[in-house]
Amino acid sequence: MTRYLLRRLISLAVSLLVASLVIFAVIEVVPGDPASYMLGLNASEDTVAALRDRLGLNEPVGLRYLHWVAGMAQGDFGQSYTYKVPVADLVADRLVVSLPLALYALALAVLVAFPAGLLAASRRGRAADTAVMGATQVGIALPNFWFAMLLVLTFALHWQIFPAGGFPGWTDPWTGLRALTLPAVALALPQAAILARVLRSALIETLGQDYIRTARAKGLTRGQTMLRHALRNAMIPVLTILGMQFSFLLAGAIIIENVFYLPGLGRLIFQAITQRDLIVVESVVMILVFAVILVTFLVDLAYAAIDPRLRKRE
Amino acid sequence: MRLAFTLGLALSLAALSATLVSLVWTPYDVTTLSIANKLQPPSPDHWLGTDHFGRDIASMLMAGARTSIAVALVAVGIGMGLGVPLGLLAAANRGSMTDEVVMRSNDLIFAFPSLVIAILITAVFGPSAVNAIIAIGIFNIPVFARFTRGGALSLWTLDYIRAAEVAGKGRVRISAEHILPNIANLLIVQGTIQFSLGILAEAGLSYVGLGAQPPTPSWGRMLAEAQTMATIAPHVAIFPGLAIVLTVLGLNLLGDGLRDRLDPRLRHAP
Repeated sequence: MTRYLLRRLISLAVSLLVASLVIFAVIEVVPGDPASYMLGLNASEDTVAALRDRLGLNEPVGLRYLHWVAGMAQGDFGQSYTYKVPVADLVADRLVVSLPLALYALALAVLVAFPAGLLAASRRGRAADTAVMGATQVGIALPNFWFAMLLVLTFALHWQIFPAGGFPGWTDPWTGLRALTLPAVALALPQAAILARVLRSALIETLGQDYIRTARAKGLTRGQTMLRHALRNAMIPVLTILGMQFSFLLAGAIIIENVFYLPGLGRLIFQAITQRDLIVVESVVMILVFAVILVTFLVDLAYAAIDPRLRKRE
Repeated sequence: MRLAFTLGLALSLAALSATLVSLVWTPYDVTTLSIANKLQPPSPDHWLGTDHFGRDIASMLMAGARTSIAVALVAVGIGMGLGVPLGLLAAANRGSMTDEVVMRSNDLIFAFPSLVIAILITAVFGPSAVNAIIAIGIFNIPVFARFTRGGALSLWTLDYIRAAEVAGKGRVRISAEHILPNIANLLIVQGTIQFSLGILAEAGLSYVGLGAQPPTPSWGRMLAEAQTMATIAPHVAIFPGLAIVLTVLGLNLLGDGLRDRLDPRLRHAP
């Protein structure tokens, strides 16, 4: 187990290192002079020089990279050029919207996908299975932002059950949650569809195994066998997909925030792009990539927790 | 299942023919604006109504299909063109340093969702349909590399590949002459799936302004423009979305059906 953990940790560190190099290269090296890029064509030479100085662009590239990474390690993501506040503060403000949104959506997706997948697998080839599989095909094909627009038309404008957009903050958790409900549903549906399909095929695969027959032979009911033996063994592919979906969830959240005018990371990054605030773009992209890499790492650890064979093999 | 395959084929062909026809003919010109006719509901003159500039939505959808399909197709081409050789290389040298480097680079690219790649490119070069192609294409590389390696690995253990090795064929020749033809079916199926994912991704990128720019018609941008008008003219928001859903659904059903047909192990399964 220790070796397994160690190997994963090393690969986590290497991934982060290379990712940060790539992001730094694209943002700070490719445009040539980031300062004149950020200020646009009409900037005077003095302003550009001042910004170059403030951003520390006169230092050698290698040193700049080291400063950037060392800063991030201490929670210092630099200063936003347009907002004149530390990027870390901006990100912290936005994360209280984006993170709950992603988790809310994930919870909804799991809540829908597990019963649907279990139902389809246990009624394989029958009407219920066909209905679930048909529904998941449509769910996968739905662009989440369009589904979000339809939700707004129906549940916010026609029936006025949920707000159409904006976020009131968490002072009243209930209104905060209400504002995130339609966005979370829109994010969750395509994820639930994929998850249900993976769960169904994983269950069908395990249901064909000998130990399932043994479990039935020793007197367990179909339901008991399904929950105690089949579901447990079907968790590995389901976890893989859950981990991979996290990056889609993040990307999806960025798009969905635009439909509902939510002040999350997505809105922050798009504003930063239009304002050419490269410092914000660089740091937020690094945080997003860090999140994806971290989740992959955690999923790897979860495998080992679920499947003891993985621990022993190393 | 045959019904699903037929439906998928029909929907895919419909999208493809709309695209091809739009190259030579659309019911109305998509570049002329006619404010007097703006936001008209569907009618015999305009089957799917008109948008806020009085443009015919059916014509816009046909021209938009061109953008979606072109972007997704080239992105699949990039993914296959780079991913398949990398996957073959990794499988031919399985367990070696090359294999390790290829696979770890794949993991790394996987950590960059296509939206994040698009954000990075756009922040530096500005938005365009080409950037969308590159972003989705880069995202496709590890998908095909991993898929190819997985398929090729199982083939390398088979007797006829060993026989080819004994006969003195090099790894490159074996990969090209024996491995690739045997995983071509799998690649076609995966290609269909990535193609439909590409259409969804392109729509998302254009929707947030990172993809095709005006005046290039695009389904995602039509939806972005429709958002503020959805209450007064819902049809403006509904039809482009339906076009995306039907095309993607069609391609997915086609992909599933092809997999069942092309994989002999699945053909006789219940």
